[in-house]
Amino acid sequence: MKSLLSLTAIAVALAAGSAQAQQLSVKIGVMSDMSSLYADIGGPGSVAAAKLAVADFAKSNPNVKVELVSGDHQNKPDVGSQLANQWFDVDKVDMIIDIPNSGVALAVSQVAANKNKLFIVSGAAASDLTGPKCNANTIHWSYDTWMLANGTGKAMVKTGGDTWFFLTADYAFGHALERDTGEVVEKNGGKILGKVRHPLNTSDFSSFLLQAQSSKAKVVGLANAGGDTINSIKQAAEFGIVKGGQKMAGLLVFASDVNALGLQTAQGLSLTESWYWDLNDANREWTKRWQTERNAAGKFPTMIHAGVYSGITHYLKARVALGGSPEGKDVTAKMKATPTDDVLFGKGVIDEAGRKRHDAYLFEVKKPSESKHPGDFYHLRATIPAAEAFRQAKDSGCSLVKG
Amino acid sequence: MEARTDAVSAAPPVPAASWRNWSEPIAFAVMVALLALAPMYFYPMFVMQALCFALFACAFNLLIGYGGLLSFGHALYFGWASYLAAHSAKVWGFPPELAILTGTLTGGLFGVVAGALAIRRQGIYFAMITLAMAQMMFFFALQMKFTGGEDGIQAVPRGKLFGLIDLANQTNMYVTVAAIFLAGFLLIQRVIHSPFGEVLKAIRENEPRAISLGYKTDRYKLLAFVLSATLAGLAGSTKAIVLQIASLTDVDWPMSGEVVLMALVGGLGTVFGPVVGAFIVVAMQNYLAQVGQWVTVIQGVIFVLCVLLFRRGVIGELAAYMRIKL
Repeated sequence: MKSLLSLTAIAVALAAGSAQAQQLSVKIGVMSDMSSLYADIGGPGSVAAAKLAVADFAKSNPNVKVELVSGDHQNKPDVGSQLANQWFDVDKVDMIIDIPNSGVALAVSQVAANKNKLFIVSGAAASDLTGPKCNANTIHWSYDTWMLANGTGKAMVKTGGDTWFFLTADYAFGHALERDTGEVVEKNGGKILGKVRHPLNTSDFSSFLLQAQSSKAKVVGLANAGGDTINSIKQAAEFGIVKGGQKMAGLLVFASDVNALGLQTAQGLSLTESWYWDLNDANREWTKRWQTERNAAGKFPTMIHAGVYSGITHYLKARVALGGSPEGKDVTAKMKATPTDDVLFGKGVIDEAGRKRHDAYLFEVKKPSESKHPGDFYHLRATIPAAEAFRQAKDSGCSLVKG
Repeated sequence: MEARTDAVSAAPPVPAASWRNWSEPIAFAVMVALLALAPMYFYPMFVMQALCFALFACAFNLLIGYGGLLSFGHALYFGWASYLAAHSAKVWGFPPELAILTGTLTGGLFGVVAGALAIRRQGIYFAMITLAMAQMMFFFALQMKFTGGEDGIQAVPRGKLFGLIDLANQTNMYVTVAAIFLAGFLLIQRVIHSPFGEVLKAIRENEPRAISLGYKTDRYKLLAFVLSATLAGLAGSTKAIVLQIASLTDVDWPMSGEVVLMALVGGLGTVFGPVVGAFIVVAMQNYLAQVGQWVTVIQGVIFVLCVLLFRRGVIGELAAYMRIKL
């Protein structure tokens, strides 16, 4: 009798085991800024991109059940880390994606490491996430500050913009962006003529812009973000800085910002992005689907949205390859071992530090007369190949990199 | 305060042995029981965070509810205490009890400086001075190196309490936080019911009269201010250890506003009101995070409803309805 019981138990266990192998269930949390200054670059658009990724993946893998949850971190690191804890512990979320705020992303990255889960950063900029503050449970997807500084700084100098003046937001992020870009400019033979620091969330940039104008620098670099960037670009247009022959370089500007500003105001602005919706047919087709999903015909997806799609796709591939419910570290290892391939970013790799590597592009915003259809924002000025676009893993200062 | 005078005047004379006289101890017992049961039904991290805010709101309530002083800069003591606690635990390697003590003393120290200046004025000017001091220190927090700017101080180690109890264990942490909260709560209650608390209430009701009775009201007000700031510091330091993060959110002015909201929703000048108010506000922020942009709208509507419908706050109205002290 006893042996019969144990046999039945083994049979049941086996049946359950094989059923689990067939039916894989995954839970993904999209944590973003849903209501404030980053809601347009991430926010509901990221949720829409995640839905597309899940729908596309289900077509080829009908046995994988993916559940999505989303939440607002309100740009507060403590709210973000609390929500991440709760998602991992109570709601059994396997992976968190997006987070367009470096402070929150750094906090959530710690939580993911503590709980041995997974975090894919698509929204945040800080290159520290794959630098000194890296961990084996975090992968940084779309872009980072190193890429922005390097792309814009280097390419601008090479195309003749060899004297710079910085307009810097007076806090840690602005200082870091200014320092990184400045180094790139000087390394490539450019010169920094001056800089001015403005307080965070300023509405009046006139005195700063006048200094920039009188510096006669060929390039005015905007080492700020969000509302400050928008305001400084608007007011620079009023002062006729671009018309006067100087170039504006936005160090953290997204397609959605350009859309909000309008080409009349933003024309002539140089910026680096790793994805642009109007770059090829695959992107254009995906954008149409995104607009339907997002229910917003006038909005255009940013590289962050594309990164959410691409990141989830690659993550689900790794989960199917591993099967069962592996630990976060094993999944990142698998993701790093497998080359990435999707319709939006094409082929790429994830390096030891957790940095996803793909091409980056230097764009210049078109004049209104050159724009042929809605969303026709950019001229492509240069393509930076994946090998150069991101910081080399060995220079990252990340403890995961051996040698 | 209103709630209490109303309750007393509206109540018919009750026999001395009535349970009504025991309302506060009974409510306290209920609260302790709820705290013991809560981690089984709710996410412990959430309860711990709410407890830190509850202590913060109680500290704030001591000042406005009993001293009649509306401080609009309590984030200063809360936030700077959490920075110092986090920094001492992470960089100086302090054990958690010393880190919390460091943070608490920081809150007290800032309380002495800000309080000595602010109590010279009354009403709106008092509120403005406290706000100005808090904003000034906010900018220091934004610019100084050790605070990590907008990233905050992250990955704060929880460490071992007294070198023995491992706080990385959720249950140990929970019991510690609950103990800190209850200690702070009992201290506040003791202060309120002491002769010092009675003088404070007299100053709230009529300061010139208190002066004419020979009380040096400035001393009382300063002491209340420092007590309140110290306890706010205790709450902030505990939060830094629990959530393992100290960030700008805690020193920014919306935090000063939030604590006013907590005290108002729960009931100003009631002992248990701020605790209930803190749980309501923190629960809203946590459980409504999923609905995204509506959080702030819902929070605003609740605030308006509170002001329009139950001005004495949840606990204040309850106490008035049941004709008891809470």
